[in-house]
Amino acid sequence: MTDPADTASRAVDPGTDPGGTDTGTVDPWARMRGLTRARIGLGRCGDGLPTRALLDFQLAHARARDAVHAEFDAVGMAAALAPLPTVAVRSRAPDRAAYLQRPDLGRLLDPSDEALLEPGDWDAVFVVADGLSAAAVHAHAAPVVRETLKHLPGWRIGPVVLASQGRVALGDEIGIRLGARLVALLVGERPGLSAADSLGAYLTWEPRPGRRDAERNCISNIRPPEGLGHAAAGAKLAWLMVEASRRGLTGIGLKDETPALPGGGPAGPAIVG
Amino acid sequence: MYATTLGGTRHVFPDLKAVLAEASPHRSGDALAGIAAPSDERRVAARHVLADLPLATFLAEAVVPYETDEVTRLILDSHDAAAFAPVSAMTVGGFREWLLSDAADGPALAGLAPGLTPEMAAAVSKLMRNQDLIAVARKARVVTAFRTTVGLPGRLSVRLQPNHPTDDARGIAASILDGLLYGCGDAVIGINPATDSTAAVTELLALIEGVRTRYAIPTQSCVLAHVTTTLEAIGRGAPVDLAFQSIAGTEAANRSFGVDLALLREAQAATLSLGRGTVGTNVMYFETGQGSALSAEAHHGVDQQTVEARAYAVARAFSPFLVNTVVGFIGPEYLFDGKQIIRAGLEDHFCGKLLGVPMGVDVCYTNHAEADQDDMDALLTLLGVAGVNFVMGVPGADDVMLQYQSTSFHDALYLRGALGLRPAPEFETWLDGMGMLGGDGRVRALPPASEAVRRLLGGMEDAA
Repeated sequence: MTDPADTASRAVDPGTDPGGTDTGTVDPWARMRGLTRARIGLGRCGDGLPTRALLDFQLAHARARDAVHAEFDAVGMAAALAPLPTVAVRSRAPDRAAYLQRPDLGRLLDPSDEALLEPGDWDAVFVVADGLSAAAVHAHAAPVVRETLKHLPGWRIGPVVLASQGRVALGDEIGIRLGARLVALLVGERPGLSAADSLGAYLTWEPRPGRRDAERNCISNIRPPEGLGHAAAGAKLAWLMVEASRRGLTGIGLKDETPALPGGGPAGPAIVG
Repeated sequence: MYATTLGGTRHVFPDLKAVLAEASPHRSGDALAGIAAPSDERRVAARHVLADLPLATFLAEAVVPYETDEVTRLILDSHDAAAFAPVSAMTVGGFREWLLSDAADGPALAGLAPGLTPEMAAAVSKLMRNQDLIAVARKARVVTAFRTTVGLPGRLSVRLQPNHPTDDARGIAASILDGLLYGCGDAVIGINPATDSTAAVTELLALIEGVRTRYAIPTQSCVLAHVTTTLEAIGRGAPVDLAFQSIAGTEAANRSFGVDLALLREAQAATLSLGRGTVGTNVMYFETGQGSALSAEAHHGVDQQTVEARAYAVARAFSPFLVNTVVGFIGPEYLFDGKQIIRAGLEDHFCGKLLGVPMGVDVCYTNHAEADQDDMDALLTLLGVAGVNFVMGVPGADDVMLQYQSTSFHDALYLRGALGLRPAPEFETWLDGMGMLGGDGRVRALPPASEAVRRLLGGMEDAA
């Protein structure tokens, strides 16, 4: 009965027989699957999963794992952002294992990189941090920075800081060292099975160590074409930056009042803070 | 101060919570909090100290101050000295041996539960290997009821978790149908809403209610919104079976969730007043998980497993129907890998059962933890042997709303099949009436043209 080679148990399966020829009916799951991304109608082999469904899951998990462990390519990012000036720094987390177990280290700047951040007088700086998905940053960070800048003529923007093994709060230390009134941090969100390359953007007014999450604004799920597109994300982020600057705050006191955009999705941000 | 000497080295621990923390099996959350044992030898030294401590120590020394924490006050003020009497002279090490003995049978453990504090349960768990945690937990049955009876020997129930990233009614209905066809849903049909609003929650409750009443399915529904949202929904006449809330083991951590004991009492009273249960009156559904208090900076220097056990003391004050530790959801900074998640799942289940709480486990992991489905298979099987009340059933183990991996409808079938476990009796009768059970009592794989599939499919489309 549990033998997967038992054709009797396979043939009665609603999911393993896409044509439904064995039962003379159309697969009722074909239409249901269009209603949700959930893995429904997978079929059964005994109590287990059909091999294809098993491998589909493993592929999604493998991609997510690879995204978590992929190395941040700061050189490639600098090239993608050129001619914008960039500076590469590291957090105090020496490697991925430390990064994953010690969120406190990912929020602090490596002391040997402090001298790289020269104090200036900037309206805003962008920080690109790998977070939990370097793949998301590689794919989306440079275009989102460029799209955002289109809406900010006349702003004094500091060098783009490329931070490896970085979490959201690392932007606070970077921002205060650079003398920035506003820091916009782009970070790879925690990969799910359906998306391994989702980018988040966190905006913090007057960054300084100790800022709480409630004092930031967040745009999540930047991931065209399924999630928010680069141009839309740039417009949203720029609107928030202009308003933050005008009102002198970010966080719960600054609601996103840009018109609703398609594809933004209601899913909350994966906290990588 | 507590101390022991091992091989000429004296190990000193400043207080009780330091002994508990350093006696804990290694996990990333305790290291992050800076309270983990600095070496393996020191960890065992702490266990030596713990083994020789009288159980009564935990009544005399609170790990979180009584004056400033209502959970501590709940634990100590509700302690049942008469129930504690049979073990009151034991050390923690002696208590472990008694728990493993034949004298500690089901009735003895049930009678003892009100006499145990969560710190006692946590302490003895730290002296136990995984097999000890399993062997004792399987003797401690906790049975609860609403429209089904959950936790009976030889039974395994499943929460059907049909989440959808936009709360789409038809998408949720499709997942409910899928789960019912695998015999899942006897613990609860429980949706994590994407939007925590009274209107959204009321709509989702009506959706499940429509499905449930159309087919007279003996189960209960729950939309896992904040308890204040559920209270509002009750006020507007929504069909609330179970009130849900995430809880933790300190007053400050509960406040970070926006709740206190008074609010939970209000929710329990309001839900009970609806009188919707048919075979029982357990109306609360709680979720917990190691690390939540540390995450809220509300752990008071207490190790994450002990704080978690204190959450079960909160739970049992409200006679819950279901309590679920979402063990691997929180991430690798608290439980790093499969080994730590497996250990934590067994500890939580053991401590909950010992304290008289109807424990289920969300056997789960995130993509940044060092864990995969093989680890989940191991924990699921171990919990089945340990007599877990219920596990999750998520389509294909992939929760597309919460973005983590849990156990699937197939996993539930596997566990029931491998261990000869059956659904809750009321639900089993319903499955049989729908023609969904084989002669061996297992859930059949049904062809699309079968009567049960046609009936359920048609009904789902109407309901959605």
